[in-house]
Amino acid sequence: MSLLSSRVSYRRASRKSIFTGFDPILTISVGLLLLFGTVLVYAATRDWYAANGLDPQYYLKRHVINILIGVVLAWGTTVIDYRLLRAYTPIVWGIGVLGLIAVLIPGIGSTVNGAQAWIGLPGGFQIQPAELAKISIIVGMSMLLSERSHDKDEPTHRDVIQALLVAAIPVIFILLQPDMGTVFIISVAVVTIIGASGAPLRWVVGLIIVAILGSFTAVKVGVINDYQVKRLQAFVDPNSDSQGSGYQLRQARITVGSGGFIGTGLFNGPQTNGRFVPEQQTDFIFTVAGEETGFLGCGFLLILYLTVLMRAFGIARRSQDPYGRLVCTGVIAWFAFQAFENIGMTLGLMPMTGVPLPFISYGGSSMFANMIGFGLLQNVHARQRG
Amino acid sequence: MNQRARLSLVVIQILIFSLLFALFGRLFYLQVAAAPKYKDAALSIQSRDVITPATRGMIVDAYGVPFAMNRVGIAITVDRTKIDKLPEKGAVVLRNLSDLLNIPYADVYQKTRLCGELPAGEKAGCWTGSRFQPIPVTKEADPNLALQIVERSDRFPGINASPIALRNYPEKAGVNASHVLGYVGPLTEEDLSGANGRSYFRSESIGKAGLELQYDEYLRGTPGIKTVIVDRKEAVTNTAQNTKSVPGAHIVTSLDVRLQAAVEKALGEAVRGAKSRGNYADGGAAVVMEVKTGRILAIASYPTYDPNAFEVGLSFEEAKNLYSEKAGVPALNRPIQGLFAPASTFKAVSVVAAANAGYNLQGTYDCPSEVEVGNRKFQNFDSAALGRMSLKKAVAVSCDTIWYRIAFDEWLRDGGLKPKSSKNDYFFNAAKGFQVGVKTGIDLPSESSGRLADREWRTRWYAQNKDFYCNYKTRAPKNQQTPFLVQLAYENCLDGDKIRAGDAVNFSIGQGDTVITPVKLAQMYSAIANGGTLWKASVAKAIVKTDGTVIKKIEPEKLGEIPATKSTIKFLQSALREVVVSGTAAGVFSGLPVAVSGKTGTAQVFGKNPNGSAKSDTSWFASFAPSDSPRFAVVMMVSQGGFGASTSGVGVRKIYQELFGTNGSRVNPDQAIYFNGQPPTSIPKISPNTKYKGEK
Repeated sequence: MSLLSSRVSYRRASRKSIFTGFDPILTISVGLLLLFGTVLVYAATRDWYAANGLDPQYYLKRHVINILIGVVLAWGTTVIDYRLLRAYTPIVWGIGVLGLIAVLIPGIGSTVNGAQAWIGLPGGFQIQPAELAKISIIVGMSMLLSERSHDKDEPTHRDVIQALLVAAIPVIFILLQPDMGTVFIISVAVVTIIGASGAPLRWVVGLIIVAILGSFTAVKVGVINDYQVKRLQAFVDPNSDSQGSGYQLRQARITVGSGGFIGTGLFNGPQTNGRFVPEQQTDFIFTVAGEETGFLGCGFLLILYLTVLMRAFGIARRSQDPYGRLVCTGVIAWFAFQAFENIGMTLGLMPMTGVPLPFISYGGSSMFANMIGFGLLQNVHARQRG
Repeated sequence: MNQRARLSLVVIQILIFSLLFALFGRLFYLQVAAAPKYKDAALSIQSRDVITPATRGMIVDAYGVPFAMNRVGIAITVDRTKIDKLPEKGAVVLRNLSDLLNIPYADVYQKTRLCGELPAGEKAGCWTGSRFQPIPVTKEADPNLALQIVERSDRFPGINASPIALRNYPEKAGVNASHVLGYVGPLTEEDLSGANGRSYFRSESIGKAGLELQYDEYLRGTPGIKTVIVDRKEAVTNTAQNTKSVPGAHIVTSLDVRLQAAVEKALGEAVRGAKSRGNYADGGAAVVMEVKTGRILAIASYPTYDPNAFEVGLSFEEAKNLYSEKAGVPALNRPIQGLFAPASTFKAVSVVAAANAGYNLQGTYDCPSEVEVGNRKFQNFDSAALGRMSLKKAVAVSCDTIWYRIAFDEWLRDGGLKPKSSKNDYFFNAAKGFQVGVKTGIDLPSESSGRLADREWRTRWYAQNKDFYCNYKTRAPKNQQTPFLVQLAYENCLDGDKIRAGDAVNFSIGQGDTVITPVKLAQMYSAIANGGTLWKASVAKAIVKTDGTVIKKIEPEKLGEIPATKSTIKFLQSALREVVVSGTAAGVFSGLPVAVSGKTGTAQVFGKNPNGSAKSDTSWFASFAPSDSPRFAVVMMVSQGGFGASTSGVGVRKIYQELFGTNGSRVNPDQAIYFNGQPPTSIPKISPNTKYKGEK
């Protein structure tokens, strides 16, 4: 019996060493999102690049490379014991902050769409430190809020303040770029983590109030750039800036709506192929899904996100310790609000900010960060109870 | 995990799923509920229509001789998709073009701008079509200049010369016919707005007046549409549809080129003749109608304008002139829009009224120099006392006083100023029976209905004008404060809502507030001639496709019968014959070898001309011929033309001479307009080369 049982446990262990307890449904859903995204990136760029005498597979190739790197990162994140990861957390956080400082230094950082958010690398690649900062904030806050130096079950005010500082330092640098979309998503994730940590409820309420007042004064005082004010105005009144943001939002809505129930078919969208929506392989990629795959395709996409999030909630619930639960909650809030902000902006429910659609949009930094986040979920899952 | 942490996870879960649910809802709205709207919007963003106007159908006369056709011009066009890619958007090329064609650069620039590109208020002359169509700078280029452009494509990139169809009125046999034909012109923003219930494609030419407007939807055809799919840079990526244009159908009219030309000539001479006799004579109209169908054989208005001027483009001065009073308002289509008191031509209605009231048409009546009506005396024409005479003779010599007496008696019988409830209103009812105040239904735009000044009209009029007449001294301008007008205003204020004795007697001789159009009078006299039927007036006979198939035949339409017995009509016909034999028109028609029946009319007009002279009388002559079996009704009216006989009567005689082909005192059937005396009934073959009889 003992021999038998030890053989069984050996088999289990050996299987774990290859798949390391990957949640199959979560993995398949993310895999389908990546596949969907790859097709959309190709559909968004093929005809236009071909028509302008460029390599029609330029974006496709790069996107696939990004995914492959992302898969490696996800696998790496999964297999590391997160208790070890916790030990590295201060280093991850520190590198994230350094990257955010570097991006603000003239000559190193470059400006795209009004935000100085990119660091150019050799070979035409660029990285966006803010994307990676999301991970360091989630991991850092989760650590501070789950490790108790006292015997109380819930985080004290002191814990919360420390956790907030961990988030506030990178956020300040991101505000300086300024990249309001990322700040928004991080803020939501921060509030969610604090809420899930069991910290006093007034922190959650207070932070929401501060966030609302903060964004209001930011517009008033002028911390926010002119183009961001315009984007907000365009959201309130789509005709206010008919050539700029208003144009983009109107075009995006028309493109999605014109797809109808079944869409025009992949690579057949005249709005997409005529490139009437700008940034359609990155921030506005949902318009391609909307036009070419219609309500069916978009609905499928939303169901994939729903599945990913439901599995993530399950993982959070079954987590062995508060740290794993908080990391999962942070990743859930990040994915959910980033997807909501991106699709909501495309559909005219949210103001325009430049955030990519998780697992779908073209863009290395975002893809890497998403895949590390996915790896974190798998990591917690692999070590869950029972 | 403690209870609170578990609860907070549930709260977060609910929050996030409700966000996803919101996205689902919004997605459903955009892609399912509102999808058609967004599909349309997307289509208008992606697609551009290139319109090739269809060849416009011809307008021909009853024998197929063209009134309106198409001519080839050379258009110099600018291709904006090419020009815009040049440095400074091709300003240098446009300047070269401006120099070559001798058109100011500002005009070249303006003509090649899309209307949407220009600020409001500076759109005059802009291009109503799309960027993807060749935009014409001129449609009538000198072939040599066109050749230079084609040969020197290096100097003129994006500029082309190509043949283009222009509307052309060939003016065969010297015909003008501008009022009945109308003209074509470019679409205006108002046309495009769909205000007139028709939809157009940008850059089409459309009918603006006359038959060109009336039958525009047939004449215009369907333009060819090429829909191209463009990208954000407006580069063409695809062609979505490409339909060929379908040429417009032809309109066959009942007009005749030669008769129309003759009528125009006779009318012009009548107006000029009246002028030479010292009348103001500011315009006129003439109508020839087939009495048994209501078809218009010729219809002319004077003064006229050049229908070909519109395609070339009117100068500002020319456009202003069309509506200037000094030039006689050439734009006014007098036969269907001119409203004048019918004067003695209206006695035909009075005869019917008298017969219906029981007066003996064969009896004799006294024609004194004046009749006392109430406390006022109404004079005969020229105050002549002509003694007792038959009613027939009274019509012939146009005695007024007989009618004053009958109308006054009938007015009294109906209760005078206190009308009975059971009124006979023989005169009003006779006029109603002739459909006075109702349109003839002619197939030309903007016909006036005229006015029947009966009791109902009087009541309406009083309600509108009471205030003015009761405060005349403060409301009316100084120069209209003459004692006569002040007295008139006083009377109008007092009992202007009632038909007074004066109104009743004036009505009987076609004076006063009742006004009609010349085409209406032609319709009324046609009814007398054909035995009593009022026919709808019509110009078009058929609409024929380019391959010769008839799309639509326009058949004569009965509108009603005049309220007269056979014997009354017979009497009326003989009385109208007597007018020409021994009455007021005898001199004018003496020696004409065709028996004509008719009635002169000389209507008094109040008011002054722009030059200060008192207005002259309206000259009318309404007639039909041949008297024994009438086929044609001819009416002429010269506004401020003086006597009916000497101005319009002479004009009508000339029309009959041409119509029947008279040569001195003999009829020469070879010279007649119609081969066998009848207008053709069959639909002719249509060709731009059809010649009229005698054309070289």
